[in-house]
Amino acid sequence: MSTLNYQESPLLKKSAIASQVIPAGEGWMHRVEAGQTLRIVDLKGNQAADTFFFCAGDLQERYSAQDTIREQGGIYLTTGTRLMSNRVRPMLTITADTCGRHDTLGGACAAESNMVRYALDKRFMHNCRDTFLLQIALSGLPLTKRDLAHNINFFMNVPVTPEGGLKFDDGVSEPGKYVEMRAEMPVWCLISNCPQLNNPCNAYDPTPIEVLIWK
Amino acid sequence: MNPLFEEVLPGGAMWSMRIPRWRRIRLTALSPGANVSALLYHAGNPLDRLNVPDTLKALHTAMLTRGHVLMSDMGSALASIVEDTLGWHDPLGGHSTAEMVSAAFGASPYQSARNAFHRNARDNFLIELAKHGLGIADIVANVNFFSKVVADDEGRLRHVAGHCPSGASVTLRTEIPVLVVLANCPHPMHPPGEYPRVPVRLEILPSDPPPADDFCRGFRPECGRALELAARHLI
Repeated sequence: MSTLNYQESPLLKKSAIASQVIPAGEGWMHRVEAGQTLRIVDLKGNQAADTFFFCAGDLQERYSAQDTIREQGGIYLTTGTRLMSNRVRPMLTITADTCGRHDTLGGACAAESNMVRYALDKRFMHNCRDTFLLQIALSGLPLTKRDLAHNINFFMNVPVTPEGGLKFDDGVSEPGKYVEMRAEMPVWCLISNCPQLNNPCNAYDPTPIEVLIWK
Repeated sequence: MNPLFEEVLPGGAMWSMRIPRWRRIRLTALSPGANVSALLYHAGNPLDRLNVPDTLKALHTAMLTRGHVLMSDMGSALASIVEDTLGWHDPLGGHSTAEMVSAAFGASPYQSARNAFHRNARDNFLIELAKHGLGIADIVANVNFFSKVVADDEGRLRHVAGHCPSGASVTLRTEIPVLVVLANCPHPMHPPGEYPRVPVRLEILPSDPPPADDFCRGFRPECGRALELAARHLI
């Protein structure tokens, strides 16, 4: 799978059936029907949109990063990537991408992983896993922490070196960059707009994103 | 030091055990080309489980070797890699399913092959996890001991053939009580052909607690903090 695979979308904002701005540190959970298109817009640039999917017909079927990267033979997500489930079935296909590279190795930040990565006193900072846990708890769906596996970080740049190193590079995203994906099955989309203040994934300045859905 | 327990896992085997803290788990390939897919859980709370992304980003690595600490998604060290003759174990490739094994190595059902039938890691995980009250929701990203998958500059993934010689070994030290679940099944990116069937010796040995100057503890500050959080399980 090539990287920096630039592809604009023909979809117009005025024809979207739903749209929502998600401030940094907030979550969003929404059902996307088969055939519908979901767009995530990096409104101010260099933001990380932590995103996860559940199959609406069977909530135990969910996004799987390892199955996604192995089946496409590459670690970066971009136009053409099929987001695979833990049953190795395509859940969504990325149909447009003006950013060109997205991460699915880094997972979400959590209170506890912040302690490990930065310092033990980071325990009380807001984080993506808390947002995920609150969103699924409020959703009314039979979902718990057991059901959260590792996610996509749209707009994040996490290169792997041929020597097996993992780097956290400055984002390649800019204001207005977006990624768009078509649901291949009905899915629940779970987003945490990352509040991380300890690393350069969002230039230490978390900013809003926007989500839109087209029929 | 004599092992507390020793067993050979035949090719295709599944295995699980709750293991107290501060034991060494040594896996040794008894012929070339081994792959052991593995999942780890806090034995007292399986919701606290191996988190591959947290492990990789804390260690700034996309492979695993000596010095690395396998971390849970609640910040605890689960096990540290204290010995390794290979220098690279795969945390990216995931694990095999029945469909993948059949496509790569042909159908070989029990009816005709008896106990040499082609087992896969997914089914093995589901069977072993069920013995501990766990299921598919508990299957998260796994690691593959003895396998190497590299990414090139474009991010394309390649499974490296011939990585694991006979006699290769890797040793983990448990840092809290862990449930270890293993599937001695082909790597999902193993090239098609004959079903690889590599016996792996498993030994459980005593271990001292990690000393202040422990290699894994000092490998990166993140390792030290994960070991400190593991120690909080003793409070």
